[in-house]
Amino acid sequence: MIADKKSVANLDTQRVFSLKEFFLQWEWVLVGLLVVVIIINSFISPYFLSFKTFLNTPMTFLDKSFIVFPMILVIILGQIDISVASTTALSAVIMAVSYNAGVPMALSMALCLLTGTVCGAINGLLLIKFKELSAVIVTLSTMIIYRGIAYIILGDQASGGFPEWFSFFGWSTVLGIPFITIIFVVSAVLFGILLHKTVLGRTIYGMGFNKTACTYSGIKVDKVIFIVFTLAGLMSAITAIFLTSRMGSTRPNVAMGYELEVITMVALGGVSTSGGIGRIGGPILAVFIIGFLSYGMGLANIQAPVVLVAIGLLLIFSVLLLKFRRKQF
Amino acid sequence: MPEYILELEHITKLFPGVKALDDVHFNLKEGEIHGLMGENGAGKSTFIKTITGVYTPNEGEIRLYGEKVIFSNPLDAQKCGIAAIYQHVTCYPDLTVAENIFVGHEKIHKFSRKINWKEMHAQAQDLLDQLDANFSSKTRMGDLSVARQQIVEIAKALSMNAKIIIMDEPTAALSLHETGELYRITEQLRNDGASIIFISHRLEDIYRLADRVTIFRDASYIGTWPASELDQEKIVSHMVGRPLTKMFPKRDIHIGEEILKVENLSRTGYFRDVSFTLHKSEIVAITGLVGAGRTEVCESLYGITRADAGNIYIAGEKAVISDPVAALLHGIGFLPEDRQKQGLILEWEIGKNITLPVLELYSKYGMLNKNEEQEISNKLAKRLAVKAPNIFSCASTLSGGNQQKVVFAKLLARDLKIIILDEPTKGVDIGAKAAIYEIIGELAEQGYGIIMISSEMPEVLGLSDKIVVMKDGHVSALFTTAGTKQEEILHAAMVKNVYSSQGLGVDS
Repeated sequence: MIADKKSVANLDTQRVFSLKEFFLQWEWVLVGLLVVVIIINSFISPYFLSFKTFLNTPMTFLDKSFIVFPMILVIILGQIDISVASTTALSAVIMAVSYNAGVPMALSMALCLLTGTVCGAINGLLLIKFKELSAVIVTLSTMIIYRGIAYIILGDQASGGFPEWFSFFGWSTVLGIPFITIIFVVSAVLFGILLHKTVLGRTIYGMGFNKTACTYSGIKVDKVIFIVFTLAGLMSAITAIFLTSRMGSTRPNVAMGYELEVITMVALGGVSTSGGIGRIGGPILAVFIIGFLSYGMGLANIQAPVVLVAIGLLLIFSVLLLKFRRKQF
Repeated sequence: MPEYILELEHITKLFPGVKALDDVHFNLKEGEIHGLMGENGAGKSTFIKTITGVYTPNEGEIRLYGEKVIFSNPLDAQKCGIAAIYQHVTCYPDLTVAENIFVGHEKIHKFSRKINWKEMHAQAQDLLDQLDANFSSKTRMGDLSVARQQIVEIAKALSMNAKIIIMDEPTAALSLHETGELYRITEQLRNDGASIIFISHRLEDIYRLADRVTIFRDASYIGTWPASELDQEKIVSHMVGRPLTKMFPKRDIHIGEEILKVENLSRTGYFRDVSFTLHKSEIVAITGLVGAGRTEVCESLYGITRADAGNIYIAGEKAVISDPVAALLHGIGFLPEDRQKQGLILEWEIGKNITLPVLELYSKYGMLNKNEEQEISNKLAKRLAVKAPNIFSCASTLSGGNQQKVVFAKLLARDLKIIILDEPTKGVDIGAKAAIYEIIGELAEQGYGIIMISSEMPEVLGLSDKIVVMKDGHVSALFTTAGTKQEEILHAAMVKNVYSSQGLGVDS
C-alpha cells in the first residue's frame, strides 16, 4: 500500500482562529452601515441620539422582523417563501373575524397562530408532494390564494374593536423595554440556536448546498422542508398579532409587500440567495439598518417612495460588495 | 518538413505559490496517437491548457511545424488547427447537434447575412457520417448520451480543420461498448492524418491506441517511450514514482453467512427479475454496460427509488426499504457514482461531510455535539488516510481520490453491514485506485458484505468473489470469480440474449 504518511499526519490539529478572517466577516460591514445610518439620523434630528429613541423606535418596525427569522432558514435552504405577508393578512383577518363572532380573544389569538401554521404547512406539503414545482411557483400561488381568502372572509373593510388588553403586545413596555423587543430578542436567540447549534440547522445548510447529497446521506429532506415552511407560517402569524395590536384593527390588505422587505433584510444580512451561506447575526443587523434608515428619512420628511429607492440602492450595492468579497477566498 | 509537428520545450508555468509545470518537454509526430499519463495533479490539465492557449507559459517555447508560436488566447490555437475535447463535454444541451458543431463559426449566407441552416445541417451530417455516427444533425444535444456528445465534439474539431486533437480522458464516462467505438473513431482520425494527444488513466486505452507515451509526475517531465516498451509495472512506477507492490492483494477471507438475498426484484422499465445473494465478507461485483440497469437495481436496494415487485431479505428477514433512511437503519450504505453531486457537499469541510449521515446518532435533544463530531471525523479521516492539511479543509480542494476516501469515511461513520459501491474508482488516479482497493479489501475482512458496481474488468476480476453480469435490465450471467475469464463476462454483458421473448416490459 502506498501511504504518504507525512501528509496525513497532522489531522489532529484544532481549528485555528484567524483574526483576519474574523474581521473579514460581512457583519462588520453591516455594523459600519448601521453606525453610518445612526450618524446621519442624528444630523437630521437632534432628538434622535438619545437612549429613549433607541429603545422606542424599534417598536415601529420590529413587527415584520419575526418573519425575517424563518426566512433566513428558507433562503439558506435554497428556497423562497413569498406567501408570508398573505399568511400574516389571513391570520390577522381570522383573528379579528372570530373575535367579532364571539370567540374569546385568547382563543382568537390561538386561532391566528393556528391559521399561520396551517398556511405554512400547506406550502411545505405542496413542495414535498409535487417536487417538480419550484418554491417560487408554489408560494406565489398560495400568496394569491391566502390573500384572496382573507378578502372573501372580511370583504374590503376593517375589523377591530379588540379588548383593551390586546394593545399590550404592540404598545406596552416591561421594565422600560418594549414587549415586542423582548419577544424579538427571544426569537433571535431561539432561531440562532436552531440554526447554529442543532442538527436541523446543520442539515438546512447542507441541503442549501447539495440536496441530493443530503438525500444519499440519509437525511429526511422532506421533513426538513416541511418544518422550515411551517415555521415560516407560524412566525407570520406572530407578526399578525403584533401588527394588529399596534394598529387596533385589521384589513385584508395589511402587511402588503412585507415579503419583499423581509427578503431584502435577509439578503442584505449576507444570506446567499443560492443557498447554503448565511448567519443569524447579519439579517438582525439588517433589520435595524433598514428600520432606522426609514425612520430617519421619515423624520426628515422624505417621501416614502424615495425611501424605497434608497433601500433598493443599498441592497444592490451591498450584495455586489458581498459577491466581490466572497471571491477573495 | 520537420520531424515533429508540435514541440514544447522547457515549459514552466507558475501560479501563485505553485509550480504547475516545471521544465516540461513534449513532442508530437504527424499522424500519431500520443498517450499522456500522470496522476491527478501531475500537471496534465495545465499542460493541455498551455497548448490550447488558455494559459501562457512563464518560460519555454512552443513550436508548430518547426516555427515558434505564441498563443495568447484559445482562438490563436484554434486558428492553428489545435482542438481539445474535454472529459466533461461542454455543450449547449438545448441546441441541435449542428448548432453545437458550428457554434462560433456558423455558416452564413453571403448576401442576407443570415444563418444558412441548409448548408450547416448538410455539412454537419457529412461530418457525422464520416465518423459513422448514426444520429441526425438535427437531434437535440441534450438527448444524446455522453459518448455521442463526444462524437459531436470530435465533429466540431473536424469542422475547424483541426490537425492536432487533444482528448482529455474521453473514455472516463463511457461504457465498454462505447469505448470500443471511441477507439475506432480515434484510429480513423489518425489514419486521416490528424495527430492526437490522448490523456487517460486507463491502461487499456493506452495499450490499445497509443504509439508513444509521455508521463508526467508532480509537474515534471518523466519521459517519453514507445508504448510497446512499457509494461503495466513500468507505467505505474513512472507515474507513482515508486513500485506498487500489488494492485489487488489477494486476501484470505472466510466468507460468512448470508446477509442479503434479492429475489426477483423488478422495476418496470428499468430491470426485471434480478436475484442474487450476498454473504458476510463477500464482494459481489455487478458489471455490464452502462444503462444495463446496474445502478437502478442498487438504488432500489438503497431506497432512492422503489422496486415494483420482488423481495429483499436482510439476514433472512424480509425488509421493506422505502427510503435511504430505512436502508441505513437496515445496515445498508451506498457510495454513489457521482461523488461531487451525490456524495459530498463540496463547499463543506471534510469533517462536516463525514459526520453528515450520523449527526442524529450523536446529538442530544437535537443539539450538535461538536467535540464528538470532530473526534469521529478525525478518526475516520486518519483510518482512510485522507490526504489533507486537516479536517477543516474544504472538500472541493481535495483530489478525486481523496474526495472518494471522504465518501468512504461517511459510510464507515455508521454501523453498517452491507455497503454498495457504485463505480468506486471512477475518475481517480492509479495511486488512489490502489488505496481504494486496499480499503475495499479491508472492509470485506472486517465482515462487511460488499456490492460493487464496476465497468472496469481488472477490478471486477481482481477484487470480487462473485460476479453478476447485467444486460438490458436482466441478470444475464452469474460467475464465481475464480477461474472466470474476461471474455466470458464480456460475452454475457454484450452478446448473450436473455429473456428475448419477454422484453423489458417498457411498452407493456
